[in-house]
Amino acid sequence: MVLEALTYGFVQKAIISGIAVAIICSFMGTFLVLRRYALFGDGIAHVAFGGIAVGLFLGVFPFWSAFAVCIGGALGLQKLRHSTKISGDAAVAVVLVSGLALGVILVSTSGGFSVDLFSFLFGSILLISNDETLMILGISAAIIATLVVLRKPFFQLTFDEEQARLAGLPVTLLNYAFVVLASITVVTSMRLVGILLISALIVLPNITAMMFGKGFKKTLGISMLISVSSVISGILLSYYYNIAPSGTIVVVAVVILIGVLLAKSAGLISRIEMRKHSQLSHD
Amino acid sequence: MTNVLEVENLSVSFDGHLAVDNVNLKVEEGDLLGLIGPNGSGKTTLFRAILGLQAHSGKVKLFGYEGSDLRTLIPLIGYVPQRVSFEPNFPATVYDIVSMGIISEKKIVKGAKLIQQCGCCWNMVYKNIKNKDDKITQALKTVGLESLRNRRIGNLSGGELRRVFIARCLVKDPLLLILDEPATSVDVESSYKFYEAIKRVNEEYKVTIMWSSHDLEAVSKYATKLACINKKLFYHGDTKKFFSDKDLLKTYSESQMQLHMREHNTD
Repeated sequence: MVLEALTYGFVQKAIISGIAVAIICSFMGTFLVLRRYALFGDGIAHVAFGGIAVGLFLGVFPFWSAFAVCIGGALGLQKLRHSTKISGDAAVAVVLVSGLALGVILVSTSGGFSVDLFSFLFGSILLISNDETLMILGISAAIIATLVVLRKPFFQLTFDEEQARLAGLPVTLLNYAFVVLASITVVTSMRLVGILLISALIVLPNITAMMFGKGFKKTLGISMLISVSSVISGILLSYYYNIAPSGTIVVVAVVILIGVLLAKSAGLISRIEMRKHSQLSHD
Repeated sequence: MTNVLEVENLSVSFDGHLAVDNVNLKVEEGDLLGLIGPNGSGKTTLFRAILGLQAHSGKVKLFGYEGSDLRTLIPLIGYVPQRVSFEPNFPATVYDIVSMGIISEKKIVKGAKLIQQCGCCWNMVYKNIKNKDDKITQALKTVGLESLRNRRIGNLSGGELRRVFIARCLVKDPLLLILDEPATSVDVESSYKFYEAIKRVNEEYKVTIMWSSHDLEAVSKYATKLACINKKLFYHGDTKKFFSDKDLLKTYSESQMQLHMREHNTD
C-alpha cells in the first residue's frame, strides 16, 4: 500500500519537499529553541500572512512578497530588541500583531478570504507544483549550506553571546544573518504545515531530541530524524485516511514527544544510557 | 619586565554614578594578580571594561597596543565570567564547550606578530600541540576533568563547570587569563584544588593571570601581586606587604564595612 502511494507524482513531490523542509526546520529550530526564540517562528509566520496578503493584493507571487515582508519584519524585530528596552517576547508580539493586522486589512480590501489564502494558513503540501518543489529544494539547499558554514559561530553565539563577542566574532552581523535565515526558513516551510502550525516543526523535534541527553551534533541528528519521520509518516497517513497533512504531521511529532517523555519518566532512556556507560567502563 | 596590561585613568559610570573611578593599573608578564574588593566595588566592571565589553573612559593597553591592534589581541585573552547562564537542557558536552575556545590559526599568527613586534614573548600553554583534539584533552587534564569529556554540561556541578570554562580559555593559549571570582559556589576543599591548578598554570606555563576573589586567605597564599579596589584603586603592589601592613588591612575592612552600611541604609 505504501508503495502504491509512492507511485503518484503528487505524493513524491510532497515527500521530497517535505523532507527538505523537515531538515531546515529542525536545523534552524535547534538554534531558535536554544536561544529562546521559539516564538520567533510563530511571530514571523504571522508576518508572512501579511506578506502573502500583500502579494495577493498586488498580484505578485505570494511567496516573494512573503519573503520580502518577513525579512523586513525580522530585521525590524532584531532592531526593536536591541535599541529599545522592549523584551524579547514582547517584541515578537509587536511584530506578530503588526503583520497580522496588515494582512487582515489587505484581505478585507481585496474582497475577503480566498482558497489561496487558506492553503497558506493550513498548508497544502499535496497540491504542490513542480516549480514550487524545485524552489523549496533550491532554497533549502542554500539554507543548509549556510548553516553548515555558520554552525560554529552560531553555536558559540547561542551558548554565550558575550564570549562570542570576545572571540572577535561579528556578533551584530551574525544576529541579523540569523533572523534573516530563520525568516527564509519559515516562509519556505509554509507550504508544508501552513502559517499556523509552523512553530510545531521548529520546536517539537528539537525539544524531543534534547531529552536524549546527547551532545550538539547527535542532538541535531536525532532532531532531524524525528522531523523527517514525522513529515513522511504524516503525509502517508493523511493520504490513506484522507485527512489534512499539516495537522497529521504535527500530531505525529506530538505523539513522538509524548512517547519519549513517557519512556524517559519510566527510566527507559536513562537505563539504556547507563547500560552503555557501564559497558564502556568494562571495556 | 614587560607590561602585559596597562590601564590608565579608567572610569566607568552607570546613570551618573561612578562604578570604577579613575583606576590606573599595570600587570606585568608572569603576574598572578589577585583583585580584591567588597561586593559592588567594581571588580567585574573593571574586567569588562578591560575586555571592551563595557563602555568606559580612559585607556586600556595590551602589550602597549591600543585601537585596532588591541582588538586583534583581545580574542587571545581568556575570560571566565562570574556567571554564565544557559538553558539547563543545552545539548552540549564538556568537549563541545572546550572546543569553542580554539582560535583560528590566522588570528594566532596575527597576534603572534604583534607580540613579536613589541619584543615580548607569548608564553603558550600548549605550544607543542598543534592538533585540536590533543589540545582539548590536555586542557581537560590540566583542570582535572578528562573523565568528564562526554558529559552534558547541564549535569555538572558549579565547580566542574568553572573548570570547563577555564579549559575553554586554556585551549586558546591565552595571553592573559582573567578569572572573575572563579571559586564562587565551590566548596573549600575543591576550591584549594582549584587554586593549585591556577597556580600551576601560572608557574609552569608562565601565563599572566588576573583573578578576583573574596577569599583573602587564598589571595594571600597564591597571588604574587595584589590590587585592592573600591571604585578607586587604593592598593596595588606586593601581596605580602599588604597583608603584613595592619593599617592597609584596617582600611580595607573599614571600606568593606562602609559599603555594607551604605547598602543597608539604601535597602
